[in-house]
Amino acid sequence: MSNELLKIKNLSTSFRIGDEYYAAVDDVTLTLNKNEVLGIVGESGSGKSALAFSIMRLHTRAKIEGEILLNNQNIVKMSTSKLNKIRGDEMAMIFQDPLTALNPLMPIGRQIEENLFLHNKKLGQQGRKKRTIELLNLVGIPRPERVYEQFPHELSGGMRQRIIIAIAIANDPELLIADEPTTALDVTIQAQILDLVRELKEKIHAGIILITHDLGVVAEMADRVAVMYAGQIVEIAPVDKLFANPLHPYTRSLLNSVPAEGQDRLHVIQGVVPTLKNLPRTGCRFAERIPWIDASHHEEHPELHEVESGHFVRCTCYEHFYFPDNKEEQANGVS
Amino acid sequence: MAFLEVQDLQVYFPIKGGIFNRTVDHIKAVDGVSFEMEQGKTYGLVGESGSGKSTTGRAIIGLEDITSGKILFDGKDITDKKTKNKAFRKDVQMIFQDPYSSLNPRKRVLDIVAEPLRNFEKLSKQEERKRVQELLDIVNVSPDSIFKYPHEFSGGQRQRIGVARAIALKPKLIIADEPVSALDVSVQAQVLNFLKEIQSELNLTYLFISHDLGIVKHMCDNISIMYKGRYVEQGSTADIFENPQHIYTKRLIAAIPDIDPKNREKQFHNRQKVLEEYTQSYNDFFDQDGLAFQLKSISDTHRVALPQKG
Amino acid sequence: MWKFIVRRLLITIPQIIILSIIVFILAQMMPGDALSGLIDPSIDPAAVEQQRERLGLNNPWYIQYVDWVGGILQGDFGQSFRFKMPVTELIGQRMVNTVLLSVVTLIFTYLIALPLGLISGRFNDTLLDQAITGYTYIGFATPLFIFSLFMLWIFGYNLGWFPTSGSVAPGTEPGTIAYWLSKVYHALLPGISIALIQVVSTVQYLRSEIIDTKQKDFIITARAKGAGEQRVYNKHIFRNSLLPIAAFFGWEITTLITGTVFVEKIFSYPGMGLLFLESITQRDFSVANSLVLLFGTAQIMGALLSDIILSIVDPRIRIK
Ligand SMILES: Nc1ncnc2c1ncn2[C@@H]1O[C@H](COP(=O)(O)OP(=O)(O)OP(=O)(O)O)[C@@H](O)[C@H]1O
Ligand SMILES: Nc1ncnc2c1ncn2[C@@H]1O[C@H](COP(=O)(O)OP(=O)(O)OP(=O)(O)O)[C@@H](O)[C@H]1O
Ligand code: SF4
Ligand SMILES: [Mg+2]
Ligand SMILES: [Mg+2]
Repeated sequence: MSNELLKIKNLSTSFRIGDEYYAAVDDVTLTLNKNEVLGIVGESGSGKSALAFSIMRLHTRAKIEGEILLNNQNIVKMSTSKLNKIRGDEMAMIFQDPLTALNPLMPIGRQIEENLFLHNKKLGQQGRKKRTIELLNLVGIPRPERVYEQFPHELSGGMRQRIIIAIAIANDPELLIADEPTTALDVTIQAQILDLVRELKEKIHAGIILITHDLGVVAEMADRVAVMYAGQIVEIAPVDKLFANPLHPYTRSLLNSVPAEGQDRLHVIQGVVPTLKNLPRTGCRFAERIPWIDASHHEEHPELHEVESGHFVRCTCYEHFYFPDNKEEQANGVS
Repeated sequence: MAFLEVQDLQVYFPIKGGIFNRTVDHIKAVDGVSFEMEQGKTYGLVGESGSGKSTTGRAIIGLEDITSGKILFDGKDITDKKTKNKAFRKDVQMIFQDPYSSLNPRKRVLDIVAEPLRNFEKLSKQEERKRVQELLDIVNVSPDSIFKYPHEFSGGQRQRIGVARAIALKPKLIIADEPVSALDVSVQAQVLNFLKEIQSELNLTYLFISHDLGIVKHMCDNISIMYKGRYVEQGSTADIFENPQHIYTKRLIAAIPDIDPKNREKQFHNRQKVLEEYTQSYNDFFDQDGLAFQLKSISDTHRVALPQKG
Repeated sequence: MWKFIVRRLLITIPQIIILSIIVFILAQMMPGDALSGLIDPSIDPAAVEQQRERLGLNNPWYIQYVDWVGGILQGDFGQSFRFKMPVTELIGQRMVNTVLLSVVTLIFTYLIALPLGLISGRFNDTLLDQAITGYTYIGFATPLFIFSLFMLWIFGYNLGWFPTSGSVAPGTEPGTIAYWLSKVYHALLPGISIALIQVVSTVQYLRSEIIDTKQKDFIITARAKGAGEQRVYNKHIFRNSLLPIAAFFGWEITTLITGTVFVEKIFSYPGMGLLFLESITQRDFSVANSLVLLFGTAQIMGALLSDIILSIVDPRIRIK
């Protein structure tokens, strides 16, 4: 219990469209332990970023319900000044797009130092600079003294992503949220960044939430994986269990649409992720994308059930699920 | 004899500088690339950002000026823009990376898909609409949607509309520049399946540009690895994945995340090992300027950039 | 940066040459020439013709052009036919007034624009913002000369707070402090009038710039660092939004110098604008042409200034 870093209880985040609020994150409950990597996967629009932004409380116009407890402090109810003490210090975030996440008019050094300045008043000018150079070294930036004075547009995408990571880890956060940290990068640079995140985990023992739509990245990095669909967690399990025994039809469909050895045709999930407004709010949200499954198998209110230790699935009828091309045995498990 | 032959292609972009904005240097975006293609096959072109993949594709279709080199299509020299005649422009089409910006948002699907038809064939309004509906049917977009605008479609649908436009004139060669990079896995699967389907139906040849080796492996018969404007390795898919010779190829392959969590440790160590090898043997594989050497054949299908002496 | 500035400077040279040629051609097309202003109409035409020959007025146009440019470079703009004095001297007096008026206007413009724009952009869609935006709409819709008349009528004639004409109280000794104070005092009402109307474009520009910057990703990065609202605005949003405003500065100056024509008329303020109007109505073409040349040059210099300022404040240009 004492190992628990973050506890999210019944979190819903809703955006206003017209006169009504629509939940982009819908009743999400999960926990994250210290020194653990939780991967969150799902298609575009499934609510991954909305969840991350809620934890950091970065939404400006959203209705947030439920509890987000970081070391037993509820972020949802926290005063802004208290929140600002925690943001960038106890919890930090790595953003998706390295090209836009840095201030184009501020030297790199100053952008990192800002984070030190805000949370570590004792450090002083000299100390801040020293620590900044140290951080630049840590994230593998060559010639840090020079980069310290440069501006974002002078650096490549991979370099800028490292700067964003340096900002995030400046104060050794306990919780690090990485929202698609490598999506914009080349594979070789992606591999370096992932290795870097792994090293950091060893060094600062942070709890890490790693958001991505790349199942390979999750397989390599995560200890546990949550699969999100249309604002809900549909399956959550330790990584080996999820990949060895994926249960929810959505998880299985995702895994099956990645090119793998000896597969000629890839599985295609019919239809698209519904937009917020068109989300079915009753019954099963995924049902419309697997229309060949007999309606009698669907549940009215699919809930998460624990099927084996630590492995939860939102569904009972996964027992009935099969792929229409009758190659279901191939769909079971990877490789 | 080859269907498309590229000989020692170079595309340089001038770097302007100095007070008077004269050309002070060149970016050698493509720096001496040669390859041949056979009809009906898929050729992968892989490399990191900025390695010159798109420029190669764009040069072949005539969107970039060629600095030097030769391109032969069906045995005819089409290097010069002027020699890229009507037949060539009909036979070679391109699909672009971003399904969100490559379709004109103010045009209806009908106009988008019919555009090449209007340029090359004289059809009556009815005939044109019928052709467009047939094409949409081929790409699995409802033929009723001809009066809709691009924003009314999902990314995958838009990309397929782009494909419909590309195949409207029954081309022989399609240059697909990262056709699925902007798409989610499941939508990606849809487009990839579809590209394979129409390939066998229309006997298409693809030049498939991507930085995702997993997808290239799935799609291609033959793969070229590009680094700083040059090819470092070229071979059948099996050559590249089972018997990679160049250190850069090895590094790219090692960087692909493994989808099986059980291999995690192995994968990590493998990557460390390759990285070590890369740093150690860097000078054996690249010249003083950090560029790759000339390709040398090591088997019928497999060519690697190694120093002259070997 | 130096490369950029030098290159930019080099571009202005052909611009100015083209401008001078246009003005020269205009001058040639006007009736009369440099002599007509000086000469008594009753003098013998043969003697005039001789004078002409002597002054080079019968030379081919390109020689005349070179002579003319040579004169200008030495500060000789010719003679005013109306005031019977050198144009240079005439414009010189008026220029001081116009520059003073411009400076006063600029100060008021920024005094009004910055706070209004910042408030309006930061608290967009609040009541306060709506009030400010309302003001900018009114400002856009109101012609400057009508507004000036209105200001003159209220604060000049009715309330009597400001002088209603001239640029200095009669009888004050040039050079004394009282003289300069009186000059500033005379420039205040026209300056404020122009500022109140002209400021609206800057306010709107700043507002939309701030609203734009607010939504940038790097603002989220700043918030995620734990920066408070005040800091986010001061260090990230305002600074980045002021950049294009700084670049606006050069333009603002030129529009002021060239664009106060009617306001000077209404306030009977003896600046270059008023001189321009007078010289046109009285067919004093040597003065009018010189002013066109000056206005044009000011325009070119303003653009140059804008670009140089931008190159200094924006690292993306500065580095190159
Ligand atoms: N500020 C907002 N106002 C209204 N709707 C929003 C807002 N932010 C997100 N949404 C909607 O909420 C849903 C979830 O979006 P979110 O950005 O969390 O998806 P995601 O899983 O991060 O997708 P991606 O992989 O594309 O980043 C989407 O339907 C999106 O359109
Ligand atoms: N029009 C152009 N003018 C100048 N340089 C260019 C131009 N187009 C491309 N380049 C340069 O040529 C090089 C190769 O670019 P290219 O777009 O072919 O790379 P790529 O391999 O397609 O990369 P990516 O994966 O990022 O699309 C790059 O250094 C690029 O900056
Ligand atoms: S109700 Fe259960 S089985 Fe049916 S689609 Fe939903 S999750 Fe799948
Ligand atoms: Mg997202
Ligand atoms: Mg490209």
